[in-house]
Amino acid sequence: MAQQVFAYIIHKSGVADDTALEMITAAGKLNADASVTAVIAGSGAELDGVCKEVASSFSEVWKIDHETLAYINAEVIRPMLTRILPKQGIVLIPHEHFGMDLAPGLSVKLDAAYLPDAVDFEGIEDGKLKAVREEYGGQVSTHVLCDISQGAVITIRPGSFKADESKSAGGNIVDKTAEAVEGGLAGGVRRFLEIAEAEVGDVDITKSDVLVSVGRGIEEEENLEMVFDLAKAMGADVSCSRPIVDAKWLEKSRQVGTSGKTVKPKVYMALGISGSFQHLGGLKGAPFIVAVNKNVKAPIFQAADVGIVDDILDFVPELTDRINEIKG
Amino acid sequence: MEILVCVKRVPDTAENEIEVNRDGTDIERDDLVYSVNEWDNYAVEEAIQIRDKVGGSITVVTVGNEEDEEVVRREMAMGADNGILLSDDAFNGSDGKGIASVLKAAVEKGKYDLILTGAQADDGAGQVGGMLAAMLDWPYASLVNLLEVIDDKKIKVGREIAGGNQEMNEIDLPCVLSIQTGINEPRYVGIRGIRKVASLEIPVHTAAELGIAGNTVGESGARMKRLDYFVPDAGEGAEILEGSTDEIIDKLVELLKAKGGIK
Repeated sequence: MAQQVFAYIIHKSGVADDTALEMITAAGKLNADASVTAVIAGSGAELDGVCKEVASSFSEVWKIDHETLAYINAEVIRPMLTRILPKQGIVLIPHEHFGMDLAPGLSVKLDAAYLPDAVDFEGIEDGKLKAVREEYGGQVSTHVLCDISQGAVITIRPGSFKADESKSAGGNIVDKTAEAVEGGLAGGVRRFLEIAEAEVGDVDITKSDVLVSVGRGIEEEENLEMVFDLAKAMGADVSCSRPIVDAKWLEKSRQVGTSGKTVKPKVYMALGISGSFQHLGGLKGAPFIVAVNKNVKAPIFQAADVGIVDDILDFVPELTDRINEIKG
Repeated sequence: MEILVCVKRVPDTAENEIEVNRDGTDIERDDLVYSVNEWDNYAVEEAIQIRDKVGGSITVVTVGNEEDEEVVRREMAMGADNGILLSDDAFNGSDGKGIASVLKAAVEKGKYDLILTGAQADDGAGQVGGMLAAMLDWPYASLVNLLEVIDDKKIKVGREIAGGNQEMNEIDLPCVLSIQTGINEPRYVGIRGIRKVASLEIPVHTAAELGIAGNTVGESGARMKRLDYFVPDAGEGAEILEGSTDEIIDKLVELLKAKGGIK
């Protein structure tokens, strides 16, 4: 008998995350005949809206509706999921900040295998799933073999599986709340307080048409000046990748990526940025991407339109000089 | 506060280009520079700052062999008080759950209020902290980029979520946290610091001493196995501009003008 497949749906402001439809494709790659059950937790009318939206794409929707889930805390939802999910099932969860909070512990509680951050599936043989992952910030990929015969929790990298837009399922919505809270609520050991909104910086990079973005390749804080010089010559704004913010050389409001800002410029210059999926996840609207990096194997060259294999410390000042010459 | 920090020795990606070896069985390990996983370094720094504020001690632990001992020693040079090496042939080939099981056994031999791990390491899985918490039945928070001790029963943590926002939580002790980079500025460790801890004895615990049955960890207990390493099909990729720097800049400037990149 085929294993049951579940997809944990992340939603915000009454709208399901893009990963909902990506998990249908992922589930289809596990087993083309699998019927996929969406699991959606939340509270009230907002939850009902999401369930209705998702039901057009999944063969069944399990709903957990509880006031404690108005803002979902992994410590609260994990015991609920452990109660309602069958031990031998396969549970797909998006590999983002909430999934990373929930999934490893869920695999322990379900006594299931754990396959984190899968980017592709290549088939199941004798109860073992062959999957593709990345290591070393995307510099190399690996095939892994995961024994899913006793159940598995699998986190899916957002954007790695194509969204299934067919909306062909049209499933029932089943209220699982009573079963989920049977025996009482747990998870009070961690209490959600509030969301501290990102600080507004001196530039709003989400509005910029042209971004000159700098990463670890800049090496020293003093070298940032050359990046600002280039941006000035081009009429661009300066953004950056995570290591520059970690080093406190630029403010968080300039960081492009899933944990920073989502930007949609026309032109994006990636200078000394390796191009992790978290960074690329913050780039939308198909900009023209120019990558300058001394490491020819940097993943950024896969995402870029044009690449230059050079040390940015040498290349950037020369480019700036030329642009300034042209502009007179 | 008694703090345990779990660390891992990894190839330093800032110092090395990671390449796949000829038959795809491993990455090319000759000439690799190893260091402590970057995230773990932030975790140790955070532990030091907590200890210096509220007192207590810090133990750094790793699962590995005698080569891995160097990262424990390095973090002691940084300021951790104790180090432990969990080492046994039976641990080889462990998956995330195997490593978490070994760490759980070590946790139960001590008395800790707080366990910190890095948010992820070289394999990008980000799994051991969450598993360890679930095994211990302790609360967990991942991707922590702010930590404030409230009292000896609870702490306040900020989690990094999307869009540069931060999710604030109060969490009871004991708990497990995975620490995100940027939470602090890890201190520099000089040669003198390293020298000071060079001759310290670092206790080694084996599977038997930890009371771990061999078949629950290591390769036999692993449900996740790595088959190979490979470099994915390059696909389209970028058009790499060739020629002298002048020629490259000529081409680039034309492209940028055409795409509206120079205003």
